[in-house]
Amino acid sequence: MAEKEVMLMKGNEAIAHAAIRCGTDGYFGYPITPQSEIIETLAELKPWETTGMVVLQAESETASINMIYGGAGAGKRVLTSSSSPGIALMQEGISYMAGAELPGVFINVQRGGPGLGTIQPSQSDYFQATRGGGNGDYNVIVLAPNSVQEMADFVDLAFELAFKYRNPAMILSDGVIGQMMEKIILPPMKPRRTEEEIRKECPWAAMGRKADRNPNIITSLELKSEVMEQRNIHLQEKYKTIRENEVRYETRNCEDADYIIVSFGSAARIGEKAVELAREQGIKVGLFRPITLWPFPSKEILELAKSKKGVLVSEINAGQMVQDVRLAVNGAVPVEHFGRLGGIVPDPEEIVEALKEKLIK
Amino acid sequence: MAVNDIIAPENLVYQKPKLMNDTTMHYCPGCSHGVVHKLVAEVIADMEMEEKTVGVCPVGCAVFAYRYLDIDWQEAAHGRAPAVATGVKRMWPDRLVFTYQGDGDLACIGTAETIHALNRGENITIIFINNAIYGMTGGQMAPTTLIGQKTATCPYGRNPDIHGYPLNMTDLASRLEGTCFVTRQSVDTVASITKAKKAIRKAFEASMQGKGSSLVEIVATCNSGWKLTPAQANEWMRENMFPHYVKGDLKDTTGI
Amino acid sequence: MKTEIIISGFGGQGVLSMGKILAYSGLMEDKEVTWMPAYGPEQRGGTANVTVIVSDDPVSSPILSKYDVAIVLNQPSLEKFEPKVKPGGILIYDGFGVINPPTRSDIKVYRIDAMDKAAEMKNSKVFNMIVLGGLLQVCPVVSLDGLKKALTKTLPERHHHLIPLNMEAVEEGKKIIKQL
Repeated sequence: MAEKEVMLMKGNEAIAHAAIRCGTDGYFGYPITPQSEIIETLAELKPWETTGMVVLQAESETASINMIYGGAGAGKRVLTSSSSPGIALMQEGISYMAGAELPGVFINVQRGGPGLGTIQPSQSDYFQATRGGGNGDYNVIVLAPNSVQEMADFVDLAFELAFKYRNPAMILSDGVIGQMMEKIILPPMKPRRTEEEIRKECPWAAMGRKADRNPNIITSLELKSEVMEQRNIHLQEKYKTIRENEVRYETRNCEDADYIIVSFGSAARIGEKAVELAREQGIKVGLFRPITLWPFPSKEILELAKSKKGVLVSEINAGQMVQDVRLAVNGAVPVEHFGRLGGIVPDPEEIVEALKEKLIK
Repeated sequence: MAVNDIIAPENLVYQKPKLMNDTTMHYCPGCSHGVVHKLVAEVIADMEMEEKTVGVCPVGCAVFAYRYLDIDWQEAAHGRAPAVATGVKRMWPDRLVFTYQGDGDLACIGTAETIHALNRGENITIIFINNAIYGMTGGQMAPTTLIGQKTATCPYGRNPDIHGYPLNMTDLASRLEGTCFVTRQSVDTVASITKAKKAIRKAFEASMQGKGSSLVEIVATCNSGWKLTPAQANEWMRENMFPHYVKGDLKDTTGI
Repeated sequence: MKTEIIISGFGGQGVLSMGKILAYSGLMEDKEVTWMPAYGPEQRGGTANVTVIVSDDPVSSPILSKYDVAIVLNQPSLEKFEPKVKPGGILIYDGFGVINPPTRSDIKVYRIDAMDKAAEMKNSKVFNMIVLGGLLQVCPVVSLDGLKKALTKTLPERHHHLIPLNMEAVEEGKKIIKQL
């Protein structure tokens, strides 16, 4: 396959291809709709015969995330994926990884909940993703792709950020982006790291103690409160650095806009079309798309919103990111929410109607 | 004889294993954990694997095992050690990877991870300390608590009508196709300690030779949890535990 | 130029694969494409639909409320998507799957008896290719050349001997589609 060949594939398949190409050492996962194509594609591609990447179907999401804990704790680039109920089951492991500062990557191809819910697309895990999700004060880096191309590109980005900060990173996608096919240029092949490279990049990893260093211990446990508080302060300082350096976002048609739609992931694709439709009707609307949901582009949203007449947060849930937007805008202009629930994906016309009804009146 | 004479190298008849450090152990006097830690440390050193070993700690009394042996360690969530070990071993197949787990960790909350890691034939060793009680949390009922045995959560004795039956994980493990070596040992006498060490050595060798999963159960005492003296605890174990948890090799296809 | 198409019918009618071939054909002609299925538990007889957008420019929303073209292969699909065709747009239906024909007069309605033709060709599997032929006759979003390239690209080599049969089905579809 040529390096620059344009291909057509599903978002889920793109993740599998990208994982192999960006030097991933292992994938551990459990099937669940709508993301099973990730492990199916990996099994089909047999990367263990080419790059040496391991692919293992685990007995549960709980086991998957703990295999990620073990692999990441040993310095390797390891990945898991699931959909909402499975990600809920992984929260224990994710919290432990945050506490032990492990650079694992996990992907949530969201479906509607609560509970077993539906297999149809949703964005209702925003709170879970951006507030930590498990026990304790922590954050994971959250990237929200809005295209099949970004599904592929964000795998390597997530690993880069995870290792840079020794922090779990998540790709928060949904059934729309996972299941849709569109054009994609696969990222270039990048070799897996050698043992020497891993020892250099991850001097903290528990992978066998060379005589020249003390044992490495991967743990989140510390019974002395004074020490545990210091660990927490260290984490909070790290999160501050991430907030300062890693905010990513995109704007479209915002310069002359009177109103701004704020959307992420698949909702942002629908939002783009809503902007087109609104402009056809003479309403000047722009789109602001947070690409990192944590850290959240609060400053950037405030800066943009200040000069506008209002903001509509369109997301496929009952109103989650809207809370972050309201905190960011802090009353400077009206912020309204529009969303559909239970696996229903809003269409662009509904968003234009909501904009008119809630903000323009 | 002065202390310095006693510990002069030429007078030494016994030495702390070189991988054990001087950190004061948190284990109760009389507990079996200290002895098993020592055996693990000795076997790793005997095999010259200290630079290539990753241990995985449980949640339970052995949660701090990483403080005592100078090797690389990962501390797993409760019950998840076999999954963590799977991650490490699959990523570094030439490493010696073992878990060290208690009965609550392995046979209760982590049953699924344990059975599946063993059944996949992961080339790891699981060291299973079975003392029939939850030690760290203060003496509650374990999955391996015997019928009639009193604990903080079955103060009138384990009653199968209410609490169900003791779970024999080692028996189960011996019937899984992925296991190559399944054994049950104890560390209550010098002879049994010698045998337990041999078992751990065989399990570690089997892991390194890629023969499949090994499970080494150590029937152990928890004199604090059982509210007995160390000597009484050993007696109680022999009288009550050994008839139910019969010692010996349940499976050995290692050819080692 | 952008064409927004919905294809809808029963599972097992080849709805998703027809959309896929169309999307691949667009890819072969350097167009922007999206293929968005309404996914569900995989089963025959359930409803299936797919939105395919073929465009000269990057595609925004893969989810639409109005379509340039609706291809409906059973009655429930007709009822669901007839109202969603843009005024002046195209609706194609299979004469066997649809009992009560469309009623709108502000759109172009075409009937294609693809199920009958497939039966005549003694190969029910080419049904969707006949329908695709009909589409390309009345709305040439992609060329026959692009379509052939797409088949070559997407079919495993062991099935390449079926390409002529599929192209024949497309030709038949082009012939039998008729405007009402």
